[in-house]
Amino acid sequence: MIDATMLAAINADPALRRWSRHMEADVLLEIGAETWRWVVRDGTLASVTAGPFVMPAWTVALRAEPEAWAIFMRPEPTPGYHDLMALVRRGALRVEGDLRPFMQHLFWFKAVFAKLREPKLQERAA
Amino acid sequence: MIEDIVGRYMRVEIGGAQHRIYYEEAGQGIPLLCLHTAGSDTRQYRGLLMDAEITRHFRCISFDLPWHGKSSPPSGWWQTDYQLTTASYVAAIQAVSRELGLDRPAVLGCSIGGRIVLDLAARHAAEFRAVIGLQSSAHVSPYYDVSWTHRPDVHGGEVCAAIVSGLMAPQSPEDERWETLWHYMQGGPGIFRGDLHFYKAEGDLRGELYRIDTNQCRVWLLTGDYDYSCSPEATLETASAIQGASVAIMERLGHFPMSENYALFRTHLLPVLEQLRGEC
Repeated sequence: MIDATMLAAINADPALRRWSRHMEADVLLEIGAETWRWVVRDGTLASVTAGPFVMPAWTVALRAEPEAWAIFMRPEPTPGYHDLMALVRRGALRVEGDLRPFMQHLFWFKAVFAKLREPKLQERAA
Repeated sequence: MIEDIVGRYMRVEIGGAQHRIYYEEAGQGIPLLCLHTAGSDTRQYRGLLMDAEITRHFRCISFDLPWHGKSSPPSGWWQTDYQLTTASYVAAIQAVSRELGLDRPAVLGCSIGGRIVLDLAARHAAEFRAVIGLQSSAHVSPYYDVSWTHRPDVHGGEVCAAIVSGLMAPQSPEDERWETLWHYMQGGPGIFRGDLHFYKAEGDLRGELYRIDTNQCRVWLLTGDYDYSCSPEATLETASAIQGASVAIMERLGHFPMSENYALFRTHLLPVLEQLRGEC
């Protein structure tokens, strides 16, 4: 989902750095059977590791239904699938664990996924 | 360039307490009172108040609810938790309308404003000639824990703005979306949460819709399709309970149509105001 170039692009974006300031979190992202672990230290996305994991430790987990997530990640998502909280409302995303870093840095989470929708980064992910 | 919008203050009694209320207006003609969303202020109507096609025929007025924008909270505010209720919201609207000497104004409200106009039409139709509800529904079930909007360990302005950011259409112009969010970042501590008390708990108006007589108070409902708080389905359900209500779903708009993409929103609003003029 996020390779070294994407990770560098996320960390180099001044708007994203503003929303992630002081952030410390281990984020588990689960889309269907696929999982990733993001480590954020002092506002920097330090690493992204793809699963599967045997005993993953995490602060907050985002668990999404793959069909809804695929629509969410389109360049122009349809209404009701266009935002993390929209997915939460329709039951297609569960946010679990310590919600504090997620709510403290909600703009960052939204902005990271918006960045991954950008055409250049989408091509890399394809 | 100096804009035509003029801002002033009024001192009025609302619910037994003295309030200093900020309002701004532009235009002349049929009074059109504009109500902002939860946790925001009058600036959401900057596009409408600068629209010459509207201000030629309408006296457009927007005011900051108590505790919002440049309206001060009442004396002793530091000793209380703010909570908006149906009664306090209606009292504020009536006080402003009375103080300005408005003659049966039409009321345009969005979100919480789109909710309260239903109560105005149901219970106070003698005072208001018509209502236009934007993102209007009689009820919204909670879908997140609103206590996150007022905590010492989470920046209130940032989290309120971040929560509502997704309610806008992704196609809306970036400048207008971020200005809408800036207003949320400037809300007082706990005020958005206090407004949501009315929106998601106390102000359930489903049982009141049968009272609305659209012959006495005309009802239009306009809802953007990207809004997942007040969804198109919720607006359509509300409209179906009001005989004679007009309803339209606006594509590529979200929860803040007048603020997030005014150019697109006005294409939906102008025909409504034209009809309203024809009926006055």
